[in-house]
Amino acid sequence: MYRIDPGRTDLAEEFRRNPFGPHSAELQKVLNVMRWEPIEGKYVLVNTVPHKEWCLAQLPGKRGVPVTLHEDVVFTDLGEAEWYIFRLRWKKHTGVDPDQASQ
Amino acid sequence: MRRLLGYADRISVKPGETINFKVSSEDEGTFHLDILRIRCGDDTPAGPGLKETPVEARVNGDYPARFQKTQVGSYVSIDHPRKLAPESFTLQAMVWPTLLEKEEQTIIGSWHAGSRQGYALGVINGRLTLTIGDGSRIETLVSSAGMHERHWYFVAATFDSTTGEAALIQEPLVRYAGDADSARTARSMGIRPGTGGKFIIAGHNGNDGVSGLFNGKIDTPAVTGRVLERGQMEHLLDRRIPPEIAADVVALWDFSREMNGVTAHDISPNRLHGAIVNMPTRAMKGWNHDGSEMVWTHRPEHYGAIHFHDDDLYDCAWETDATWQVPADCPSGSFAAFLTQDDQWFYIPFYVRPPTGRPGARLALLIATCSYYAYVNNHMEIGWGDMGEHSGNAFSVIDMTDIHLHMHPEHGLSMYDNHSDGSGVAYASRLRPFLRMGPRDDVWQYNADTHITDWLEERGIAFDVITDDDLDAEGVALLEPYACVMTTTHPEYTTTGMMQALLHYQQRGGRFIYMGGNGFYWRVALHPTLPGVMEMRRAEDGMRSWIASPGEYVMSFNGELGGLWRRNGMSPESICGTGFAAQGFNFSRPYTRTPASEDPRAAWIFEGIGRDERIGDFGSVFGGAAGSEIDSIDPLEGTPPHALVIAEATDFGVDFHWVNEEFLHTHSAVNGENCPHVRCDMVFYETPNGGAVFSTSSIAFAGSLAHNGYDNNVSRLLSNVVFRFLDPELIPPP
Repeated sequence: MYRIDPGRTDLAEEFRRNPFGPHSAELQKVLNVMRWEPIEGKYVLVNTVPHKEWCLAQLPGKRGVPVTLHEDVVFTDLGEAEWYIFRLRWKKHTGVDPDQASQ
Repeated sequence: MRRLLGYADRISVKPGETINFKVSSEDEGTFHLDILRIRCGDDTPAGPGLKETPVEARVNGDYPARFQKTQVGSYVSIDHPRKLAPESFTLQAMVWPTLLEKEEQTIIGSWHAGSRQGYALGVINGRLTLTIGDGSRIETLVSSAGMHERHWYFVAATFDSTTGEAALIQEPLVRYAGDADSARTARSMGIRPGTGGKFIIAGHNGNDGVSGLFNGKIDTPAVTGRVLERGQMEHLLDRRIPPEIAADVVALWDFSREMNGVTAHDISPNRLHGAIVNMPTRAMKGWNHDGSEMVWTHRPEHYGAIHFHDDDLYDCAWETDATWQVPADCPSGSFAAFLTQDDQWFYIPFYVRPPTGRPGARLALLIATCSYYAYVNNHMEIGWGDMGEHSGNAFSVIDMTDIHLHMHPEHGLSMYDNHSDGSGVAYASRLRPFLRMGPRDDVWQYNADTHITDWLEERGIAFDVITDDDLDAEGVALLEPYACVMTTTHPEYTTTGMMQALLHYQQRGGRFIYMGGNGFYWRVALHPTLPGVMEMRRAEDGMRSWIASPGEYVMSFNGELGGLWRRNGMSPESICGTGFAAQGFNFSRPYTRTPASEDPRAAWIFEGIGRDERIGDFGSVFGGAAGSEIDSIDPLEGTPPHALVIAEATDFGVDFHWVNEEFLHTHSAVNGENCPHVRCDMVFYETPNGGAVFSTSSIAFAGSLAHNGYDNNVSRLLSNVVFRFLDPELIPPP
């Protein structure tokens, strides 16, 4: 199984610049790993104001149990919001926040 | 969260007919209703904008708001409480439980939770139980052994009113080493059961409707008015009533009878037939299914199980709040009843079709209502998990509608969802509020299709609106008055009657425009008598959100094999020349013309478009005209030999995925970067008697029509096709 290399901040940077793709083959490998996320606790985005505002949230994994909204983490740009999710999942797999690692 | 919701009793209505609107509000006061004509519902920043026109209608006005309750979950209700309240009894059934973690589920009984009386054979916290109550005290006998999910068990409870002796029998059909899920449990009860409430299978009388809803299969349930020997119970399982117990058998229900009906047939002399509520799944393999026959119509006695779910829903059964009689001169089109109350709003979409045999235009737009039914109220964004992200090529983005559906089981599920026990949803109903179908919602199905009505109105092209429901009911006669029939963007689900009507229309010289992608893919059935409910089985192949169990591929409504049309002898290629090839949801591609586009048979389609122009390298659906879900030709699947691929889109990249029914072995060369089958073919071919077919083969196509004020090469190309197809001059054969 492919393991995300925390040193490949170039791939994180590629995602930040172009979150919706198409992505390079190497970045696609990273994304494939990240997308195998279990539903319970998964970080997702909630479009709270149609076409204008997205809020960080976590899924409960069971129908009827409320979705947890992190109302202090709100975005007005969907690309920035996707980048935030990317950072969270990158950190989960590597232990490092790619935003800080690249600075 | 939505507090104002509604639905209509009809989806398609003729001038002069009436449509009833049923509304529920969680707020007091009044709601306002306006009839709107819908031209475009896409209010996204990239789209053409919301375009709706108020219609002067008598029904417009204020109405008292009220909350209307919905009973969700399926069960069988039997209205003979006295006969079904014997003093001593044996309750028995074969069961296949599917959600043992649920706290309380009733298999069969008269239990009335509010008055604490009656009796019930059930499953509480995963254990088989017999509960009896006399109105004040409740006693429960609990099986000493647990059960396995998705395993068959013979279960029975006996009660002797003379001695108070109660017993539970739990016998697995398949025995494993250790025999840990088999039990006989007995004890003496200190009370005698009261009359209870309604007799119910797969639930009990709750404080507010039926609760304790069972998840799983129940087969051949029976009630006998005395304590039976184990051997005597076996006779009933075989649906036989031997003479020595005949006088005491109260009811023996055979669920293999009348598979598409809503009656649970009691084959005992008492004929205590039950009403099957909320469409549990029928034609399910029973306990005695042995693989000797995989088609229920060939051996229905092996299909005596009903699979009940606590989230099944057929009809919300709300009262009518407002009725509109459509004026006799009302032009055909897309309409909605628009409800408002304070900050709440809700659309109830419907269609006014022309009167039978009196078309109002030469062009008919065939609204893919069956495909709408398959998608409405879907829980995909939250429920699909990794499949959604892998398929959609993005991290999950959900909206407030997703969250509302997630928290409101009373709106039911879609055919893309799994029930709470994990089994697939095989039925979809329109007798409930539609979320995910209406203006201002996702640009998918209904809302994406308004790109077509928007363009037709912009270009001043007169059109009638007809629906899948109309076509299924009336066949080719509905299409015959039209010079041209045009589909919407994603007519994925069709009935046999619809497919035959479209084929016959084409053979008779009708012109056909396929405006979508992944069309004519799944075979479905509309119920022959019950209004507004559709069935499908996600059988053996295809791009599926769930998979039907082998032996359960055949639909209960009509005995037809469900699944992909390409596995049912009528591939999409035979209707529109192309079939589903690939999908990807983050960018689209333009078409480029092929040498065949210069063939005089088709060159007129490109009038005003340069030979090397990229067609549709713009658009509101991922930025191009070829994308989302795309189709390609396949002569082996029925693309006519003379079909011309007049334009093609390729180079879709790694995020577009080849459909799984196309490849035999799994391997890694299945995406747009490395698989030549990930492509989109625009196709033209002539049909007999001066007809023709034109196929865009792309869901995204219609999203490009409005670009640059409708002045673009996608719009020009479609205009060329539409105006030629409406021209009475015969299209010559090749």
